[in-house]
Amino acid sequence: MEDRIAAYITRTREKALEQARAVDRQIRNGEKISPLAGIPVAVKDNICTDGILTTAASRMLAGFVPPYSATVVKRLEAAGATLPGKTNLDEFAMGSSTENSAFFTTRNPWDTGRVPGGSSGGSAAAVACGEAVCALGSDTGGSIRLPASFCGVIGFKPTYGAVSRYGLIAFASSLDQIGPFSRDVTDCALLLNAICGHDPLDSTSARFDVPDFTRFLVNDIRGMKIGVPEEYMAEGINSGVREVVVKAIALLESLGASVEYTNLPHTEYALSTYYLIAPAEASSNLARYDGVRYGFRAAKTSDVMDMFMKTRSQGFGAEVKRRIMLGTYALSAGYYDAYYLKALKVRTLIKEDFDRAFEKYDLLVSPVSPTTAFRCGEKTGDPLEMYLSDICTISLNLAGIPGMSIPCGFVEGMPVGLQLMGKHFDEGTLLRAAYTFEQNSDYHRAFPVL
Amino acid sequence: MSRYEAVIGLEVHVELKTETKLFCGCSTEFGKEPNTQVCPVCLGLPGATGVLNKKAVELAVKAGLALNCEIGTNTWFDRKNYYYPDLPKGFQISQVFRPIAYKGYLDLELNGKSKRINITRAHLEEDPGKLTHAGGSIITSHCSYVDYNRSGIPLVEIVSEPEIRSGEEAKAYLEKLKAILEYAGVSDVKMEQGSLRCDANVSVRPVGSTVLGTKTEIKNMNSFRAVQRAIDYEVERQIEALMDGGRIIQETRAWDENLGVTVAMRSKENPDYRCFMEHELAPIELKTEWIEDVRATIPELPDARRKRLVEEHGLPVYDAGVITSSLDLAEFFDAALKEYPDAKTVSNWVMGELLRLLNARNLELSEAKITPGGLASLLKLIEKGAISNKMGKEVFEVMFEEGKDPDQIVKEKGLSQISDESQLNRIIAEVIAKNPKSVADFQSGKEKAIGFLVGQVMKATRGQANPGVVNAILREKLAE
Repeated sequence: MEDRIAAYITRTREKALEQARAVDRQIRNGEKISPLAGIPVAVKDNICTDGILTTAASRMLAGFVPPYSATVVKRLEAAGATLPGKTNLDEFAMGSSTENSAFFTTRNPWDTGRVPGGSSGGSAAAVACGEAVCALGSDTGGSIRLPASFCGVIGFKPTYGAVSRYGLIAFASSLDQIGPFSRDVTDCALLLNAICGHDPLDSTSARFDVPDFTRFLVNDIRGMKIGVPEEYMAEGINSGVREVVVKAIALLESLGASVEYTNLPHTEYALSTYYLIAPAEASSNLARYDGVRYGFRAAKTSDVMDMFMKTRSQGFGAEVKRRIMLGTYALSAGYYDAYYLKALKVRTLIKEDFDRAFEKYDLLVSPVSPTTAFRCGEKTGDPLEMYLSDICTISLNLAGIPGMSIPCGFVEGMPVGLQLMGKHFDEGTLLRAAYTFEQNSDYHRAFPVL
Repeated sequence: MSRYEAVIGLEVHVELKTETKLFCGCSTEFGKEPNTQVCPVCLGLPGATGVLNKKAVELAVKAGLALNCEIGTNTWFDRKNYYYPDLPKGFQISQVFRPIAYKGYLDLELNGKSKRINITRAHLEEDPGKLTHAGGSIITSHCSYVDYNRSGIPLVEIVSEPEIRSGEEAKAYLEKLKAILEYAGVSDVKMEQGSLRCDANVSVRPVGSTVLGTKTEIKNMNSFRAVQRAIDYEVERQIEALMDGGRIIQETRAWDENLGVTVAMRSKENPDYRCFMEHELAPIELKTEWIEDVRATIPELPDARRKRLVEEHGLPVYDAGVITSSLDLAEFFDAALKEYPDAKTVSNWVMGELLRLLNARNLELSEAKITPGGLASLLKLIEKGAISNKMGKEVFEVMFEEGKDPDQIVKEKGLSQISDESQLNRIIAEVIAKNPKSVADFQSGKEKAIGFLVGQVMKATRGQANPGVVNAILREKLAE
């Protein structure tokens, strides 16, 4: 299976077995075990694992073994989950297809000629084809939801601050958030139970009362007020995808929700705002990869500046360099006000769009992506075309609100994801809607034939 | 030369006295093995996020309040992006847009005049690591070593307005700043350990002009004296260049202590640090009540203490200024005064013997063995007449070196003063008998002759006679 999908950069069979044996012992001893005990949860390779290679799919970190684990990894270990391996991604999580991985492209289990989406494509594909029961990914502009949609699994981006980012290799710190992949909503809730909550090691992690997310697994959305932003259903959305999404919305309505079309008027600026803010932060976050302390260092350099330059030009791939240059430019003296600062202001407007919408609605729904999974190589020549894959997902990161992709149908045999968007820290409403939808459909039972 | 005036602003970096670093739990202890006080956060490992040290915020606020600053209740950190091997993340976390403290001032006393220097801002930031160049200088070494023990140590950078006009004023500013921060207990302020570092921005302009000239930034000054010398040199260099029809190049210059000159290091065309908000860290929100709680913990500061010494103890302003210039000295003075309540006498000994010996031996007060109680005992011995003032100085030096009790030193050295009149009468009689000419001179009105006779008595007693008593007895006898 893995030969055809290539979901993993590193497989950790021995570690997984060792963890599984520990759970077996607990069971034999009659100890109480957690719901995740012994469950294989794959981890995206930009999340640090103590003593296990963590590369962010970059040549820059091709040999990097962190001396510490991310908080989410520690929490999964504490819950008894096993680690089958570290999954492939676009280099430093920059991309929508895993084609920017410095090592290889992961294949979509539904059609191995197509991409799994990105950047957490390895995690989505591993869950879709059964190589892992669940997985963790990270989402900066759609990197969990897009591959979940392309691979027909559940993907959840929690509210910014709900999950610790300690140990997540930063791409854009104000947007990055870790979240789970699973095959059904129940597993998603169990994973959220394990990873959410304040972490003293991450100063942006929120102090909030973490609910037991399984209590939202209720098959009832009667009276739920759902808004459908027109901007997310407009031209540019593939007609097949739109049709599937409209049908899914109709199902929600038939289950007792009230549905209304609404507007998020600043949506058209989201992509350009995102592509100023995210690269600006990335240009700074990725400055540490200079060859001095760890990771790749270029050979044959004449002095320290030469070492910095050769290390970075040889160690980073094209898309990463493109974004570093974009971000450096946006922050440069003379451009800061016109680009970066302006983008921050638009970001506020986008947030306010959502605030206004959530005064009226409990939930917003839309497609996750304008298309289903595209063919490998189809968009690699045109970065802008690739960026458009995230047109429906990036606004949520700018606003910091939770978003979820749930399987809602197929177009020509390829899965389509329905995006659910909620208020800050209102993960529960998303889970309830997703669970109700799942109980009244069977898209989540579909399994790719390999 | 007088047609130009100097315009000087100082940037002072002060290490805050915290146990742990600004964003991680690593120790800040000085002088440990390289790279032993490091962790994923201060090494900038991928994925490691830091958390702000509350104590550092408290000390920065305290420093700001002690410098009469306003405190920002809503501030945050920014990133200053640049590449250097000692900078593990490729950016320094600092406060660019909103400093935690701003709009302060300190007052200098210089040549009997008071001058206020305004402080633009005092902001929190992290220290980078430290580079050591193998084989000496940065030019000749074949490789460099980086020690990240210092990486992430909390600093406040205190920036003055360009209101300083001479090297002397700069030195006075630094001394005052050091004293205030020391009193406030926010830093060790030791330049030799790098807990206080100073860069100077220097320019000159025609007297009367309000336009700023092109400035140079002077680095590598390792003492307050060096700051003064470097600035004086640089001011003169710039004036000479302008008088010769040349112009000043905006650049960073290094002070060469041995040659006594500044030399060009690199041209500085306003590097673009691409500063922007640090999103890994939550903003710093301070409550007014909390700021007031911090204010309440600030002890008496140098100016208040100086005023107290003048008003309550009648010390001359100059003495009070010297004594309060360092917390140790002021504490020493107060403690001695408690046991020997004659402020002027205590001050004379502190300003005279104590400072003379500290300077001569190049020691800190904490390294000297003499105690305030010891000084008070010594002064009591002198007051009683048990020893002379001159002997007292001898005893003081022994106390300074060895820390013994003055009584014991007097005994060991056989220094006790002879004030006993019957004992002195005998010796004085001998001296009178042996020096008839001087006796006659004195009796015929030559007042000076008595000094010679006193000297002879002192000689005969190897200096142990009480000169006042001797003088009195002599006059009595010669008047007979």
